Parts: sequence; structure tokens; C-alpha cells
Amino acid sequence: MIPAPFAYARPTTVEEALQAIADCGEDVKVLAGGQSLIPVMRLRLAAPETVVDLGKVAGLRGVRDDGDAIVIGAMTTHSDVLADPLVAEHAPLIAEATGTVADRQVRHRGTFGGALVHADPAGDLPAVALALDAEFVVAGQSGRRTVPAGEFFVDYLTTAVGEGELLVEVRVPKYTGWSMRYEKFNRVAQAWSIVAVAAAVRREDGRIAEARVGLTNMGPTPLRARQVEEALAGAEATAEAVAAAAERAAEGTDPTSDLNAQADYRQHLAKVLTRRAVSTAAGL
Amino acid sequence: MTAVEERTGAAAPEKEIGKARRRKEDARLITGRTTWTDNMVLPGMLHLAVVRSPVAHARISNVDVSAAREAPGVVAVFTGRDLAEEQGSLPCAWPVTPDMVNPGHPSIAVDQVNHVGEAVAVIVARSKAAAQDAVELADIDYEPLPVVLDMEEAVKDGADLVHDHLESNTSYHFVFDAGEAGTGGDTEQAFSGADVVVSRRFVQQRLIPAFMEPRSVVVQPQGDNYTMWSATQIPHILRVMAAMVTGIPEHKLRVIAPDVGGGFGGKLQVNPEEILCLLIARRLGKPVKWTETRSESLMTAHHGRDQVQFVDIAADREGNILGLRVRLLADMGAYLRLITPGVPALGAFMYPGIYKFPAYRFECDGVFTNKVPTDAYRGAGRPEATFAIERIMDELAVELGMDPLELRRKNWIDAAEFPFTTVAGLAYDSGDYEAATQQALQLLGYDELREEQRRRRESGDPVQLGIGISTFTEMCGLAPSRVLGSLAFGAGGWEHASIRMLPTGKVEVVTGSTPHGQGHETAWSQLVADSLGVPFEDVEVLHGDTAISSRGLDTYGSRSLVVGGSAVVRAADKVIAKARKIAAHLLEASEDDLEFADGKFSVRGTPGTGLGIQEIALAIFAAHDYPEGIEPSIDADATFDPENFSFPHGTHLCAMEVDTETGFVKIRKYASVDDVGTIVNPLIVEGQVHGGLAQGIAQALYEEAIYDADGNLTTGTFVDYLVPSAADLPHFDTGNTVHAAPGNPIGAKGVGEAGCIASTPAVVNAALDAVRHLGVTDIRMPLTPERVWRAIHQGGDGGDRAAARSNAQAVDSSDAPSTSGGAL
Repeated sequence: MIPAPFAYARPTTVEEALQAIADCGEDVKVLAGGQSLIPVMRLRLAAPETVVDLGKVAGLRGVRDDGDAIVIGAMTTHSDVLADPLVAEHAPLIAEATGTVADRQVRHRGTFGGALVHADPAGDLPAVALALDAEFVVAGQSGRRTVPAGEFFVDYLTTAVGEGELLVEVRVPKYTGWSMRYEKFNRVAQAWSIVAVAAAVRREDGRIAEARVGLTNMGPTPLRARQVEEALAGAEATAEAVAAAAERAAEGTDPTSDLNAQADYRQHLAKVLTRRAVSTAAGL
Repeated sequence: MTAVEERTGAAAPEKEIGKARRRKEDARLITGRTTWTDNMVLPGMLHLAVVRSPVAHARISNVDVSAAREAPGVVAVFTGRDLAEEQGSLPCAWPVTPDMVNPGHPSIAVDQVNHVGEAVAVIVARSKAAAQDAVELADIDYEPLPVVLDMEEAVKDGADLVHDHLESNTSYHFVFDAGEAGTGGDTEQAFSGADVVVSRRFVQQRLIPAFMEPRSVVVQPQGDNYTMWSATQIPHILRVMAAMVTGIPEHKLRVIAPDVGGGFGGKLQVNPEEILCLLIARRLGKPVKWTETRSESLMTAHHGRDQVQFVDIAADREGNILGLRVRLLADMGAYLRLITPGVPALGAFMYPGIYKFPAYRFECDGVFTNKVPTDAYRGAGRPEATFAIERIMDELAVELGMDPLELRRKNWIDAAEFPFTTVAGLAYDSGDYEAATQQALQLLGYDELREEQRRRRESGDPVQLGIGISTFTEMCGLAPSRVLGSLAFGAGGWEHASIRMLPTGKVEVVTGSTPHGQGHETAWSQLVADSLGVPFEDVEVLHGDTAISSRGLDTYGSRSLVVGGSAVVRAADKVIAKARKIAAHLLEASEDDLEFADGKFSVRGTPGTGLGIQEIALAIFAAHDYPEGIEPSIDADATFDPENFSFPHGTHLCAMEVDTETGFVKIRKYASVDDVGTIVNPLIVEGQVHGGLAQGIAQALYEEAIYDADGNLTTGTFVDYLVPSAADLPHFDTGNTVHAAPGNPIGAKGVGEAGCIASTPAVVNAALDAVRHLGVTDIRMPLTPERVWRAIHQGGDGGDRAAARSNAQAVDSSDAPSTSGGAL
């Protein structure tokens, strides 16, 4: 389909981008990789007056080492994330989840930051960022601020990025000594998650010292399975202990019912997938 | 490949038939650098966009297109009222019963809309974008009517009506009774005396053909002549029908199907938009183009399947089958399109499958609903029949406590019994079901997998294993014209070909069987290369243009090679016969002393003499020296009308893993052995089988067109209508047995639909075999993980899906919180 007419700006720096957004008033959309915005515009479900394309803002691309964290530029493509040695070393969960996003073609255009700001509950990266306690650096004309993952995802397709602001980069703590697993459940290879579970586990002396569990598509925003995490903290690293903890994965969730799955089935899946994700991460 | 393509001067050329030639046409088709209809650009061409009904059933109370008419770039806007007098009705060529009710099918709604997506206005603009922009400016008021969606409700007394000028929602009641036809015994008697009767209700979900190239139409008026390019399977039929609908005389209308990107039956249609393009081009005197979006295609191109099947089978305790009874409700949708009513009726003759039923009765009601019409989709009636019989045979085996393969073997037609006339009156031509089955069992590794199944069951493994069987046949090579006549079909089933020998010895083959991705150009070249003894590369195949290929009945029903290819072979025979007279004259020999081999006439017993057919082509072009009393041409044409259908058969086996914790099903291994008769090109056959398997498996596991309670198509994008990719499908272990079809000169039976017809029940039977010990007796298609999980843990067939909400955030995002400021 053909989108409705729109004006188009293509800044080359973050400052220019912020200026372009400010100049265009309220009815502006920011284009990153376009993997969600373009289809929505083509279906005429969105018809912004102006599209600000970040494709030429070179400063938003790439991954860098920042001491106890790695920093991923918002416009880093999925395929660049997949190939990045810092991601592989310090946050392999991100690479694993990114590898399940759509297909190769989409991963070459879609971006890390775009997927996070889009905040699709069925998207894979929000739950991963939440599980890893990532921090989101948001730029506005008055400066930059940092938003913790727990406050970033506000509602369905809605984040803490305010009007006139841009997500510029994401800081992910280095997870030395942790092991991780992204357990995704979908019907065909390139589809969104019906439910998915992001798990990170640190083992110590036959026990699970710490665990982080993020849930994809179990509500309007990604969720942390806090009850599971608490049950795992200090638990023996056994299949039984993990299974018992995973039984709590659906507590407090409010998943949707749609063509793929009704809510009760999603809650069941969350338990099974949590058990599998944590078991695999814990090497069980 | 290189090795087989090299020719040595001296040796006789290798036979082309049987050679795995790569397809001549693929380079241009795959790169897209070809004449797809949407690539057409004509001077002054205008673009159409269609305003479509957002409601399933309503009276149109007001149409205001004044704002759209004023929009930039818009040339004209037509409403249903504007075209009411000239649009006629889209044709239905298959009145399956004499009293079938056909409400008529306008190309554009005038007073009432009967399904979501029905055209209500057409914007004509100087660019496609301008046309699309103006769509939103059309203001149409609808007075809602009750929406009829469920067939079982629609046939009840007092049900809301789709067409309120009709008495009911039933279009027709079609019956085939073997007792009455004299091809079998009395069905009621067979059932009343039976030890065992098994009855099941199966649901054939609604499917969408989902061809790769969306539909596209260009019409160019030239004086009172019209040329239409359309992405269609059926340029010849479309020409006749469009002429009859619009009143444009047939000889003033030329239809061209250029390269066409798939159809699967979905382009076996006379589409509303094809007629609208003609009407509007005639009004404006300008060339027009319409190309659908994918959303329009999913919503408005005809759908397939959508039947509820009530199947009863009767047998004695030893497993001898005694009778079969089938009652169908077939969803027509809102209107009857080209062969809408005929699809379930075509299946009527296939329900007995490969088995020797003594008695059989089939009844079908065609039912109107407020959905897009159904029509042909790969297999068209035969997949439904094959599914029903192969599923019920498994159910009977369970009831009898018999091995499902043993039950089949006990009742199928033995190799020695061919030709065999079935209880449905069809004369099956050739085959060996046991041989195909043995080969399939080997390919699958049946015994090892059964052993693994036993182990998994004993250990209570969360992942259970099942094996599904489908031993199938189908009627192909559509079709003997007299048989079609007896079924009240509106046309014949012959096919036409002509061969033109060019002065340089090159050969043009004109076929009436229009390809849309099957590889006709390659296969026909192989046929002609062998017949005429000319190089494969010297043959060009022309098709799809009614001005070039004047006679034809196009491509569907696995007919092209069987019927169209046979016409080509017959035409080649005539070329040789005509050339023989010239050769005798030039070689100064008697015709009787000439032999023709490897493209050359030679005088028997006189080595060293000889005249190639390509040399004769030049000689007769010059026409300086040829016999008295004959015409100076060796060109020829032929029309082939088969006397019988052909009957491919085969055994498909599927091994399926079912994750009982999540309901996820995964095909572990798939083996198929198909007997499609003589194989002209093994690579094309393999490709057809793979594609067919993908589509048949997709019905079992992935695809389902779902409407919500208001009649909106929830599966309106590929996010929700799941077409699997290679990533979702297993490796296929394929094999063949070859029993040549006796009914045509090639010996081919047809392969276009086999994989699609056979695979669906094999997959479902496999999943059930994996979990039957857990109490599961049926799972409704497609076997979504949720349905499988519910069937295992809650009983039943998995139940309805939540139809009110799509999985595509895009579709729901219109009412989602604003994401302004965020980077999408």
C-alpha cells in the first residue's frame, strides 16, 4: 500500500534530529529501521505529518565498552548487534534474542533502539533489556537523562521517551560469570513471540545465587517475573527447584487473548518456558 | 548439469524426457525482470483504487464521492449506481444442479454489500498514490443488516438471510448416490447391516490461496478494440466470459496473461476488478491499471475450502468396509463465482479414495454467508475428500483395534485389478498402492520410528511421537469434455497446441495451457525436442495471449502436461507426417521407405542418406521444390480431448513430534512416494511435490482465514495468516513409482496438486497418533499449539481461536496510545 503524504527530514546529528522534531510539532514520527513504522504507515494506520529519519545519524550506531557496562547505540542494527564481540561477551542474552527477531533481511535494517522504543509487547528485546537492568539514555533539547529499564516501558507501545525526545543509547551492565537463555515460543520462524522468557542466572557452589527473568508478551509491557527470581535466589541448582520456582512465572501477569493464544494458555506457556529458560541458563 | 547438456556431434541425442532440466523461464521469473502485469506502463495510463466496504452486510443508504472527485489528480470516481446498467453479473460456469440458486454477482455493489471488502466505488486518478489518497475521501453510509457467518446456523429455518430476496441461504443440494447411479449398492442397507459404524464431523477451514504476485489488470482501449493484460491463470476463459459480461464482442477483446506469479486456483477467476477495468476503460477511452495490495488480496480475492464434513463409514468386525456416507456443508461465501458451487461437487467422486466401497452416498449443500466467495484452491474438492477418507480410515482402525495400514491394505484396489471402476463411477487407470507404500515405509524408516514411539510412550516423555498415513489418489488431467458436459460444467476440457517450424529450423510451440509458474516452457521444449529430434534450445514456447494462442482452456486441475502436453505431442506427430511427404519428394524415395529418428528422415537400407526436419523447414519456407497437391507448410496444430481422467496416487507418511507441555507440533520426518505416471522433468516434479507438500502441511498446521463476529477478516495480513517458509518445514524424502497413464500419449498423470492433496491428512493423522493414548480423538485444523495443548489437557478438538484480536500490533495500533516521539 501507499502511505498518506508526509514531510521528510533526514538529520545527520542528534542535535539536528532534536531540532527537526521540535520544528515539526506534535504530529511527527521518528524513523529508525522502519520495520514497524513503515508497515503501519503503508496500512494507513499511522499518517504522521512528518517523518524524521535517523538513518544518517552516524553517531547513534555501534557498541562501545564503558567500564562496567557496554553501551549500544540506538541505531545499531540487529545484525550489527549479532556480530558484536562486546555483546557476545558481556550480554549474550541480547545476541540470542536478537537472533530470533524476524528474518535476516529485517535484521539488516531493524535497529536495537527502534525495537525498544516501539515497545511492542510481543517484541523480543524489551523483556531482555528489562531482565538485564539496562539503562536508557534519552536526549532532549534540554539535555540527556537516564531512565532505568523498570521505568522505561510505560504501557502498550508506550515508553518514557517524551515528546521532543530521542532514545540515543542503551547501557547494559556487564554480566561476568552469568549464563543466559532466551526461550522463544512462536508458530513460524519469522513471527513475533507468542510468549518468550529471558533468563540470566549466576551460579555459586551448586546454588543459584541470583536470577533475572523477563517475560515477553505477558501484558501490555514486558515484565520481570519477580516471584520466580525470589524463589530462585539461593535455591539449589536442581531441576526440581527450578520447576517449583517457574510455577510462579504467571503471577501478576495480564496477557492478552488473540489468534495465537488465549490468556490462560499464555500463562501456562510462561511457566513452561520459564522452567526451560532457567534450566538451560543454569546448565541443568 | 553440464555433463548432460553437452552434445556430441556423432552420437544420437539423449532423450529429453526424463532429464532434470533446469527451467528456461526461471532467470527472468526469479529476478522479476519480465512482463509482470504491474510492470506495464502505457502512455496516458490512469490508475484505479477501489473503495471497499468495511462492513459485512448492509444496505448502502448514501454514497457521497464529491470530495474524492475534487481530490488532486483524480480524473473520475464511479459508484455502483454509475455502473449498474452495464456491469451485468460475474459468471458462474458450473450450475451443479438444475435448480441451483444464483443471486447474481455484481462487480461493484449498488444497493447492498454482502461481504467486507466488496467494491463500492472506484477512484480513477493520474497516479496510484493519488487514487489511494482519494479512497479515504469517499463517504458512504451503511445501514447494517444481520451478519450471517456460521453455515450450520445459516441453514436452519428462520435464519437471517444473506440475500433477502431468496428463500433461504441454501444455493443448491447436490446428491450423488451410487445405488441410484448403478455404480454401487444401497447405502442405507449397507449401514444397517454393519457391525461397526464410525461417524465424524471434520472442519475444512477457510484458506487463502496467497499467490506471490498480487492480482493486477491493465486494459488498453484502441477504438472499439480492447486489450486486457491480467495476472490470471485463464486468459482464454476470461476472454469469453468478459465478452459475455460486458457486451464487448469476443473478437474485439484480446486477453494477455504475461508472466504470472502463481495462482493455486486463486487466479482461476473472472474477477470483479477485471470487469471494472474494462468498463472504466470503455467509459474513459484511456488505458487503466489496477494492482491490488496484499491486504486487498487477502480480503477480496476468492478463498478456498471452508466446508463442514459429516462422514460415516460402515465395516464388519474383520475390517471389510461396507459403505461410506458423506454430507457436506460448503460455504459459498456471499456470491457464486466462476466455479464456486462446483468445487465441493468435484470432490464428490473422490471420497471413496483408493478403496473398494460397495456402497456410497454423497450429499452437499452450498450455503451463502457474508464472506468473500470461495472457489478453486489447489486440489479443489479433492483435498477435502482425501482428508475425510484418510482421517475416517484411521478412526475406523482405532474402533476396530486394527493397524491403520493393515485396514487400508485390506480394502484398497490391488495392482492386478486395474483398470478399476469405483463406487463413484470413475475408472482408475493404473497404479500399485502396495509398491508405493513399501517404498514410503523404507524412506521414512517406519519400523525404527515405531520403536521410538513405543519408547517415548513408555517413558512418558513430554515429547511424544506419532506416525500418520495417507494413501491417496486424485482425479487429474481435467477433463474429458463429455464428462464435464454430464456434470453441467460450462465448458469442455480439451487443450490445443500448434507448432510452427521457422525457416532456420527453430521451432515455436503455441500452447493453450497458460502457465503461471509451472515450467511449461521447459517441459514442452523437452517434449518437442524428443518428438521432432531438434535441440532443446531450439524450441520456444508461446502462451498466454489470445491473439497468439487462439484456442485454449488454460491451467488448473493438474491438466497442463496431461492434456496440453498431449496436444503438443499430437501436433508434433502431424508436423512429422507433413514433413514426411516433403522428405520423400526431396530424397526421391517412397514415403513408406522413410524412417524418422533423431530429427532425420532417412531411406531404409540406404546409409548416408538423410534429411533433417530443420532442413525441411527451410526447404518448405523457400517452397521451390515440393510435391504437387500439398500445401507448402509443415506447421500443424492439434486439439486433445482426453477420454478419461488420469489418477495419480501415492503414499505419504509423516512422523510428528508433539510437545505435550506446550502443544507445539514439529514434523520429524516426511516421506512421500507419488505415482504421477511418466515423468518428463524430474526436477519440476520434485518442485511441484515440495510446493504441494508445503501447502498441504500449511492447511494442517498453519493457515486459517478467520472472521470475527462482525464479519471482519481478522487474518488480514501475513502476520496472522501464517504461510510457512522453508524454515518451518522439514526435509522431504520423496520418491516415485511409475505406472504410465494409458489415456494420453505421454503417459503422464499430473503432479500439480498431489502433494497438497495427500499431505494434510498424513500430518493430522500423525499428530493424533502421537497423543491418542492421552485421550485425544480429534484436533481441529490448523493444529495451533494452543489447540493441541487444549485437546490434550482439556479434551475436545482444541476449540475456537480468539478471533477478535489479531497478533499484528499494526492492526490494533489505531486505538493504541500514541507513540509520538518514539522511534519505530
